Amino acid sequence: MEITNYLGLAVILFAIGATTVLLRRNAIVVFMGVELMLNATNLAFVTFARIHGDVTGQVLAFFVMVVAAAEVVVGLAIIITIFRSRRSASVDDVNLLHS
Amino acid sequence: MTASGAEAALFWVLAPLMVLAALGLLFARKAVHAAVCVMFVMVGLAILYVAQEAPFLGVVQVVVYTGAVMMLFLFVLMLVGVDSADSLTETIKGQRWLGVLLGLGLVVVLLGVVAQAAFPPAVGLAASEELTNPVALARVLLGDYVLAMEVVGVLLVTAALAGLVLTHRRRLSVRPTQRVLAAARVAALPEGRTLTPLPAPGVYAQNNAMDTPALGPDGEPLPHSVPRVLRIRGQERSATAVLAEEETLVVSSISLVEPVETEEGVSTSSTSGGVSTSSTGDGVSTGSTSGEEEVR
Repeated sequence: MEITNYLGLAVILFAIGATTVLLRRNAIVVFMGVELMLNATNLAFVTFARIHGDVTGQVLAFFVMVVAAAEVVVGLAIIITIFRSRRSASVDDVNLLHS
Repeated sequence: MTASGAEAALFWVLAPLMVLAALGLLFARKAVHAAVCVMFVMVGLAILYVAQEAPFLGVVQVVVYTGAVMMLFLFVLMLVGVDSADSLTETIKGQRWLGVLLGLGLVVVLLGVVAQAAFPPAVGLAASEELTNPVALARVLLGDYVLAMEVVGVLLVTAALAGLVLTHRRRLSVRPTQRVLAAARVAALPEGRTLTPLPAPGVYAQNNAMDTPALGPDGEPLPHSVPRVLRIRGQERSATAVLAEEETLVVSSISLVEPVETEEGVSTSSTSGGVSTSSTGDGVSTGSTSGEEEVR
């Protein structure tokens, strides 16, 4: 098995995450799609670190994880705030700027 | 460099399952099912990290993603409402097919890039990790990237503060103190409120459910010991009904123990329709006497 198969898996997971962001309406599910994309890039980072024999790729994956954790906190807080004021977690209902 | 046979087997078992779980995120109707699918993908990724000579990242993946991030997602789902299913109506015409098309296009383009790119022969991490993986990571993290790590620390503090500020709600009315509550309770005494807690629902030998009222010191059932919701729904049971049920249970257990052959057995079953507790005592006593007769 070639090591680049891991990159193929990362590509597929990333594309599924991107499609989730495009298709789903529930804001929380959309957010999970973003998380899936971040995880896919992490897998690519780890694979590249192995290919090049340099742990810097793993360090970058670690940074991505930390930033993703911070992003989740803020994003979920925003979703909760919107849910409190509009009683909905659907991205279609956030249309105050529409017409 | 090609991976070993064991790693190939692990990959080919895990990768299709992970892709299936990721598709579950895309197609699951309920958000909770999607969250569980994502959790599976993340645990699978942790296993793949460990297989790819990154044990530290594998552990961090389990702790941070499945342990913290996905639990946070589940908590928010709980707050927002677990059964919040997606609406399937298309607000933008043709958006669904366009999205699927874009996703497939992304797969094709990126896979083409991966297939076309010329990678150097993989060397593995054995040389750069003369000690262990965490030590090698720490050397790079605290050596080359120390400034980035400080900035990330600031980012984390800012994110925690942002979470606090965004979810903070200002109180609109004055918070009632214990003294105010006590005064209100005493003031409501003439309207039939009691100072003490309400009595708990009844507890009987065969039945301690919420829907049976307790008996007061005078033997009368206390209706306000049953929760208000059950009373309004009309689901409360009277104490006599519960007692009658217990009597039939006692009688049936007695008749199971000894076969009914004598007239006393018949009389026991005939008295079992009674309401008061004394008839239960009668049933027991007749059972014991008939048992003595058998012994004799």
